[in-house]
Amino acid sequence: MRRTIWAATGLLFVACSGGGDQQSGQAAGAPAQAAATSGAVDLTGAGATFPAPIYKKWFLDYAGTTGVKINYQPIGSGGGIRQLTEGTVDFGASDAPMSDAEMAAAKGKVLHFPTVIGAVAVTYNLPGEQQSLKFTPDVLADIFLGKITKWNDARITALNPDAKLPDTDILVVHRSDGSGTTFIFTDYLSSVSDAWKNGPGKGKDVQWPVGLGGKGNEGVTGQVKQTPGAIGYVELAYANENHLPVAELKNQSGNWVKPSLEGATACAAGVAQNLAADTDFRVSIVNAPGADVYPISSFTWLLVYQNMDSADKAKKLVDFITWALHDGETEVASLDYAPLPPNMVDLEMKQLQQVTYPGKM
Amino acid sequence: MVDEVRAGASGEAENTPTEPPRAGIAIHGGGAGDRIYSVVITVFALAVPALLLLIFAVVTNAAWPALKTFGFGFLTSSDWDPVNDVYGAAPALYGTLVSSFLALIIATPLALGVAIFLSEFAPPWLRRPVAFLVDLLAAIPSVVYGLWGIFVLIPILRSYVMPFLRDTLHLGATPFFSGPAYGPSMLAAGVILAIMILPYISAVSREVLMAVPRSQREAALALGATRWEMLWGAAIPFARSGIAGGVILGLGRALGETMAVTMVIGNRQEIAASLLAPGYTMASLIANQFTEATSDLNLSALMAVGFVLFVVTLIVNAGARWLVWRTSREAGI
Repeated sequence: MRRTIWAATGLLFVACSGGGDQQSGQAAGAPAQAAATSGAVDLTGAGATFPAPIYKKWFLDYAGTTGVKINYQPIGSGGGIRQLTEGTVDFGASDAPMSDAEMAAAKGKVLHFPTVIGAVAVTYNLPGEQQSLKFTPDVLADIFLGKITKWNDARITALNPDAKLPDTDILVVHRSDGSGTTFIFTDYLSSVSDAWKNGPGKGKDVQWPVGLGGKGNEGVTGQVKQTPGAIGYVELAYANENHLPVAELKNQSGNWVKPSLEGATACAAGVAQNLAADTDFRVSIVNAPGADVYPISSFTWLLVYQNMDSADKAKKLVDFITWALHDGETEVASLDYAPLPPNMVDLEMKQLQQVTYPGKM
Repeated sequence: MVDEVRAGASGEAENTPTEPPRAGIAIHGGGAGDRIYSVVITVFALAVPALLLLIFAVVTNAAWPALKTFGFGFLTSSDWDPVNDVYGAAPALYGTLVSSFLALIIATPLALGVAIFLSEFAPPWLRRPVAFLVDLLAAIPSVVYGLWGIFVLIPILRSYVMPFLRDTLHLGATPFFSGPAYGPSMLAAGVILAIMILPYISAVSREVLMAVPRSQREAALALGATRWEMLWGAAIPFARSGIAGGVILGLGRALGETMAVTMVIGNRQEIAASLLAPGYTMASLIANQFTEATSDLNLSALMAVGFVLFVVTLIVNAGARWLVWRTSREAGI
């Protein structure tokens, strides 16, 4: 009897100590949940967390106007691509375009539909410094490469002659988890710095030369806010909501720009006018040309199979994307996302016609 | 594990060779109910080891591509480069071991102090509420510990503790406390873990100390021992293997802790001797990267980290069990 009681206590202890695994349990539980509820919904999708708030709003509004229910699980871009490849969801979503290898592994040709534009802001913590700091692309890259280590480095003071820059170490803070935000930021650094391109490179996670890792936008923000002398990067929406100081960057045209939704849209417009009519939209828009362009901007994509087995689902998905690109775009700014420029919407509508399903003429 | 602890503490089960009466099997003709009961509990009992083996098999299978690609170098390389698909788990392995042992070094004396106070010195009206509050530490979700770590612990460590250790005590002259103090560090992870495992060690130690037979204490006191001598000469040796069991339980928890550690350790893929420098642990590496890992080798490398964590936990637990077994045998109880 005593033994039984102690064995039961042992089980309890095991149950308690399992608490640390909540995170992974959540990630694993998400697809199961999606499957469990799929009976009640018309379409299921999974993927990127960055656009999840606007997608949630879209799906809610769309269900309200048309009655079509769409279930979306923000499990991360990598998970979205995996689930689309395995065919467990009707559409995926990703902050980075699928690589050629990922395209080859999928069950058919995957079309990329840019939905909204996100911008990444550079934020910092310099006590007493009120005005916005200015960085050129090469200075920013060298800070994150660990080549510039002091705030009063001659190259920073030259750009910010009026700022009171202390003789303290620069602490770089980056994301510790794989993320689309990191992809956009490293994509930008790779495009402006050969040393970065040939060193850490671009990806959802890279081998950072210096610095600390914070988990999520909130982890990076917390770290930067608390540590005098820290510099990091977060989603623009996150920087705005938390009133973080953001740096001005020099764009290709030589103008100093603060991160803004207009700057992000301008960035996409600059790229869109040069896109071929038959583009697959797997393009990077960082560092685009244009006077008002904020250079650290990127699309986030919906991923859809070109040939869909279910005519019913395909029609609903096409209708939804049409709605999202027109009616949906008008409400993205309320959630701090930048809307697509009009010329992008036209290009995407052409690609949408490529979606085929049984019975389509 | 707790079962073992208890057995060691009472000091009877391991020494008395008599088997406990095995009701379900020994009694013949006990009716269908007994037979069903014995089958059901046997299945339950076997299900747990079977589950363990299954998990091990699945993790090993998924980890195989990475283990095959990187071989033994996986354990010694500090590279973690998803862009070029090159992976090594050395910093995470090092960080897991160092942060856990640091936690043990901090938590064990504290927890023992709490347990001894509660079982030997505390007046009865104080014993229950204090024991309850200490046990309550185990009920706090780890993410809450992490938040507390970011907003309370790290600023204190950065502003007071780290400068004190490094400059006032001149420990900065040793490699273990040198370098800049940013806050998120191996030390912060060790302290957070120490607080998290303290209730486990203290709860088990308290129970085993209270289980020391009254006759044992009375015999010591009758020989003229002071209270202190009675405690160290009679009670603690008797409870030694049980206390060690509690420490193992705490260590197991520390090795696998994920969320709180991720939030305070700094997540840097680098082996640094200094406890003030940031590090990484295997559990936080998996938690950080699993959702966005896209390439097959990246996923496999994360599973390989899980495999290494699994093996390390097994080795540490087996080693600690052996230690308990040896000390209890040497003590002759």
